[in-house]
Amino acid sequence: MKVLVGVKRVIDYNVKVRVKSDNTDVDLSNTKMAINPFCEIAVEEAIRLKEAGVATEVIAVSVGTTASQEQLRTALALGADRAILVESEDGAEPLNVAKAFAKIMEQEQASLVILGKQSIDSDNNQVGQMLAALTKRPQGTFASKVAVDGDSVSVTREIDGGLRTVKLALPAIVTTDLRLNEPRFAKLPDIMKAKRKPLETKTFADLGVEVKQHIQLDKVEAPATRQGGVKVGSVDELIQKLKDEAKVI
Amino acid sequence: MATLLIAEHNGTELAPATLSALTAAQQIGSEITILVAGANAKAAADAAAQCSGVSKVLLAEGDSLAHELAENLSELIVSLAGDYSHIMAPSNSVSKDTMPRVSALLDVGQLSDITAVLSDAQFQRPIYAGNAIATVTSKDAKKVITVRAAAFDKAAATGGSASIESVAAPAENTAATWVGDELSKSERPELTAADRIVSGGRGVGSAENFALIEALADKLGAAVGASRAAVDSGFVANDLQVGQTGKIVAPSLYMAFGISGAIQHLAGMKDSKVIVAVNKDEEAPIFQVADYGLVGDLFDVLPELTEKL
Ligand SMILES: Cc1cc2nc3c(=O)[nH]c(=O)nc-3n(C[C@H](O)[C@H](O)[C@H](O)COP(=O)(O)OP(=O)(O)OC[C@H]3O[C@@H](n4cnc5c(N)ncnc54)[C@H](O)[C@@H]3O)c2cc1C
Repeated sequence: MKVLVGVKRVIDYNVKVRVKSDNTDVDLSNTKMAINPFCEIAVEEAIRLKEAGVATEVIAVSVGTTASQEQLRTALALGADRAILVESEDGAEPLNVAKAFAKIMEQEQASLVILGKQSIDSDNNQVGQMLAALTKRPQGTFASKVAVDGDSVSVTREIDGGLRTVKLALPAIVTTDLRLNEPRFAKLPDIMKAKRKPLETKTFADLGVEVKQHIQLDKVEAPATRQGGVKVGSVDELIQKLKDEAKVI
Repeated sequence: MATLLIAEHNGTELAPATLSALTAAQQIGSEITILVAGANAKAAADAAAQCSGVSKVLLAEGDSLAHELAENLSELIVSLAGDYSHIMAPSNSVSKDTMPRVSALLDVGQLSDITAVLSDAQFQRPIYAGNAIATVTSKDAKKVITVRAAAFDKAAATGGSASIESVAAPAENTAATWVGDELSKSERPELTAADRIVSGGRGVGSAENFALIEALADKLGAAVGASRAAVDSGFVANDLQVGQTGKIVAPSLYMAFGISGAIQHLAGMKDSKVIVAVNKDEEAPIFQVADYGLVGDLFDVLPELTEKL
């Protein structure tokens, strides 16, 4: 069984983003970049499936600029067998990304695609579901547990009221939530070895995907900043402030 | 122009988030139809028909809609989509699951989690955990939108008298089947609907210690929330996580105990009206957004506060 995993290059989650002074976008120059944390969880899950003898091959796929090779190499160091970069401008739209994945899923005859539920830059939470729709396959989003059993997969999902388990016929698409697993760190020898693993570069055109603009970015602004308030010295003072000043209790 | 708004409901009542999304729909300014889908949702459809500014309610009932499976729900929405320029839903775990599927089936982009309506095509939405606000324009003829409920006031649930029309439920998708739910049971208010929230973080230390948070919450009639660290450590269930990748809340009062204030947590609560933070580290970033900060040990503060309130 082949498993595809998505890998997106994003700002490191510890870094607070700045908005450009001309408000055209955020400023990512000289910013530390990393694998999107949810994609890291996806890579980990795929590697565990391989270690368990369920997956035969793990293919890491990224849609992004040439710089995304760095994140694909990390995925290879973590244990993916090979990688595909679909070269694109920064900020590819989710539907275009999903279309690229659909083509690769078909070409590779992948049985399972594991993607992060959202990327921490655009916060869209769309690609996995779109891919499932495009390929007419079932989806298990926001997964906290994934168990492959023959030609189906059981996915326990984090939903608003708690947990929900669904059974999906393979091929299927799974998107990861935070508690699916704890990703490992790449070891130095594996980072060296990853340099020799295959990394193929394609374009949208190679895949036969016509890139369309659906959503235009007009402007990016910093949010209204909240003024820090006061420090209170005691519980009594806190209660008094909440009653008399804020009037919320 | 016409809007189809997908209701969040429990079969009998509309969720407050539906009313917030209705406000966003009203700001777009076209005629509004509400879709109520479920195994048994007549009462919720009746409630939807009472909402102000709603012209029609579509009620879809059937077994295929019992567990909100995106495969079935998206088929239903796409089958109705022809009549509408805007397809909207409050942002929740069902719409997050379903709406991108609808978008892809319609070959359009999706606007996730909008926080402002600027015109019928231009919207604002937070990106980078709310550290930037994007103004975006949809170029598609049909606009698929999820609405961040916390950013919109609730529309009036009364005053309307829309007609209710039944529509056929979709066929069951055989590739996806529901196995079971493990839902959290609680007498407390639901997190995203609550007017007051008491949240605990890693500093609370254990599941047992969360009783202190719960005691204060009960005293205040508040919901209980948590940071990711508290959920990951198994102190509380996943559905209590507040933040960028959990629930987005904006109550009148948000009280954070033993939460450091990581950007991902702030993303979910910084629009609360009044924020109280209790942390033993006076440098904790949570104090930068707190209206009232108390530097101290939560194990002293919580019992005292609960007793004195
Ligand atoms: C992809 C991604 C998504 C994420 N999404 C979310 C999200 O949605 N929501 C979220 O919350 N986090 C999220 N996080 C995690 C986030 O980065 C932080 O790790 C997390 O919020 C920290 O939780 P905490 O504040 O409880 O723990 P810590 O940061 O460990 O803080 C504990 C605090 O408790 C204080 N404390 C300890 N003991 C006491 C005491 N006795 N009395 C008073 N104070 C005490 C300490 O001083 C400290 O400030 C996400 C992270 C990633 C990478």
